[in-house]
Amino acid sequence: MGEVSHSAPEGRDLLKRQLGLALRRQKLRALLLVVPLLLFVTATFIYPIGGLLTRSAYAPEFSEGMPRTAAALSEWDRTGLPPESAWEALVLDLQDHNRQGTAGKIAATLNVELPGARSLIIKTARLAPRLTPPYRTSLAAAEDGWKNPVAWAAMKTLANSFTDRFYLAAVDHRIDADGSVVAQPSGRQIYVPLFVRTFAIGGLVTLCCLLLGFPVAYWLSVLPMRYSNLLMIMVLLPFWTSLLVRTTAWIVLLQDRGVINSLLVWTGLIHDEGRLRLIFNSTGTVIAMTHILLPFMILPLYSVMKTVPPTYMRAARSLGANQFTAFVRIYLPQTKAGVAAGCLLVFILSLGYYITPALVGGESGTLISNMIAYHIQKSLNWGLAAALSALLLASVLLLYWAYNRLAQVDGLKLG
Amino acid sequence: MSLPTYAQNWERAWYYAFRAFCILVLLFLVLPILVIIPLSFNAEPYFTFTDGMLRLDPTAFSTRWYLDIFENGMSNPALPAGSWEWLADVWQNGQWIHSAKNSILIATGATILATILGTLAALGLSQPAMPAGRLITALLISPIIVPIIVTSASLVFLLAKVGLANTYFGIILAHALLGAPFVVITVTASMSGFDRSLIRAGQMLGAPSHVIFLKIIMPLILPGVISGALFAFGTSFDEVVAVIFLTDYEQRTIPRQMWAGIREQISPTILAIATILVVLSIALLTVVELLRRRSERLRGVKPS
Repeated sequence: MGEVSHSAPEGRDLLKRQLGLALRRQKLRALLLVVPLLLFVTATFIYPIGGLLTRSAYAPEFSEGMPRTAAALSEWDRTGLPPESAWEALVLDLQDHNRQGTAGKIAATLNVELPGARSLIIKTARLAPRLTPPYRTSLAAAEDGWKNPVAWAAMKTLANSFTDRFYLAAVDHRIDADGSVVAQPSGRQIYVPLFVRTFAIGGLVTLCCLLLGFPVAYWLSVLPMRYSNLLMIMVLLPFWTSLLVRTTAWIVLLQDRGVINSLLVWTGLIHDEGRLRLIFNSTGTVIAMTHILLPFMILPLYSVMKTVPPTYMRAARSLGANQFTAFVRIYLPQTKAGVAAGCLLVFILSLGYYITPALVGGESGTLISNMIAYHIQKSLNWGLAAALSALLLASVLLLYWAYNRLAQVDGLKLG
Repeated sequence: MSLPTYAQNWERAWYYAFRAFCILVLLFLVLPILVIIPLSFNAEPYFTFTDGMLRLDPTAFSTRWYLDIFENGMSNPALPAGSWEWLADVWQNGQWIHSAKNSILIATGATILATILGTLAALGLSQPAMPAGRLITALLISPIIVPIIVTSASLVFLLAKVGLANTYFGIILAHALLGAPFVVITVTASMSGFDRSLIRAGQMLGAPSHVIFLKIIMPLILPGVISGALFAFGTSFDEVVAVIFLTDYEQRTIPRQMWAGIREQISPTILAIATILVVLSIALLTVVELLRRRSERLRGVKPS
């Protein structure tokens, strides 16, 4: 008796220690299994996205390429033309570039900030070795462009390695010659209207998907299994079909000489000359994206509706509610999670759409993704592309966070 | 949902209108895909049904666009179709054949990588002892949520820095990243409701852990692994944005060539390719559906 009471606490401690050890070992084993994918995702996803975000606020090309000029301009207060020290720094920097044959890179960097500055830099770099002090006089005499303070102001803006100018450009603002932040004139605002359009088209597509998808999901959830499985194939087939195939199908259908227009002409609803413009505009984008994203609405709705017991509706009916009241008060609240999950999923996916708008969107149906692609591939304004990406990413992640709170992601039915 | 006998007229009307609406929506989903199948047999280079097609005139139909899939890019198009020389030329120089080879190579590589990494991670995530499981799951799934353009743009700079731009290995890495979340989702789903006492029973009977994995866990999660792998394969096979950004003409895949074809001059050959892809996706859908049912049966979930 005495021996038991003596050893009990000791035994409990031992047990606790062993349990803790076993638990830690289990934890470690679970973590070790996840680590390879986690490392892979970090290396190919988190790290490069971090790099992209850095690019949106950090642009050292100018201050590294033209160190003397960047330093000299930091003292200039943007009034009139800069002092002789800055002119001298510019000529010396460009002499270096002329020797190394790298003037083109700096010219391209400045050209992004000040369109047309490319030739100014190239020409100045070519004649820089022949210039003599005082440079202010000799350079101004050789190249008219430097008499304009705007060129110097652009270089001063570039001289800051850490910069908000890409974000300012992404919301249609710019840094003026005197250093103040001003809005672009309304005719030259591009990005804010594009964001608005991206969100508007995303919202419209989400609404269309909900209006078309909700009744179908409801019908499939109340039909007997053998019918609903058959009809489910009609939802899953587009889900599994290549995105490009579906986009091609819509081009074929909606073209001026395509199936739908020909059908309408044939039935006499429209004239041969009055064929409808259904594609290469925002109408085409909305139709094709609704078709492509509809399964993403139906599937989560269906899996939630499947869990709603039909007895509740019957109970409401027998208690005197009519069909409409029973539906609104009893059925609808129970499907809220599915509606929210489906809408968020469709909206998130539509924000990042690139292929379909690029192929069927024409001028008025392109989205923010297409602009990012343009700046990466064509205009090479990577800082602006990075800032636009960052804004898009931020809105998507915010919505993803909301989605995660509303629906368990791994509970999403995929097939 | 059947109509009760006491239903009033308006209820009857509503019931049929509702069904008609649902059927229309389902047709909206399927018809655009099916309509390209007959159009791909059009004898004329048009994208609409010709009068001859509507009359079911056999001369209005042809398989010339299917032949074009093989012959496009041949160095000697005059060779008789079906001969050995023709076959060798097609295999060597056919544009679409080249893309198909690339697509299969890239998708296979990406699938293997994604399946191995994704399955391991899902096994870890579904253990009750996993710390911060929700957060890590959200992180691992995020590549399919983040806009593909953002992922591609950031990979452009990374791959250029490490010298993998315009290489097969680079695009395989990118596609594995996009496919792995699907494997994580399907394998985690097949582990849900997994009876852990089976593992304990195995341990009690003295089985070492690799035997438990191979004989108990693997057979139960295999349907999930295979359907995850099919998802990863399908993702890679269909993906075009990353291909546009990260590869060159040499690594072009089928979707990449379709993209170029649609942008420049859309020809009915694209419809023939699309038809073949539709048939493939029907096959894929069937396999995944069969696997899902098998998995549910294995886990003792009531089949649906």
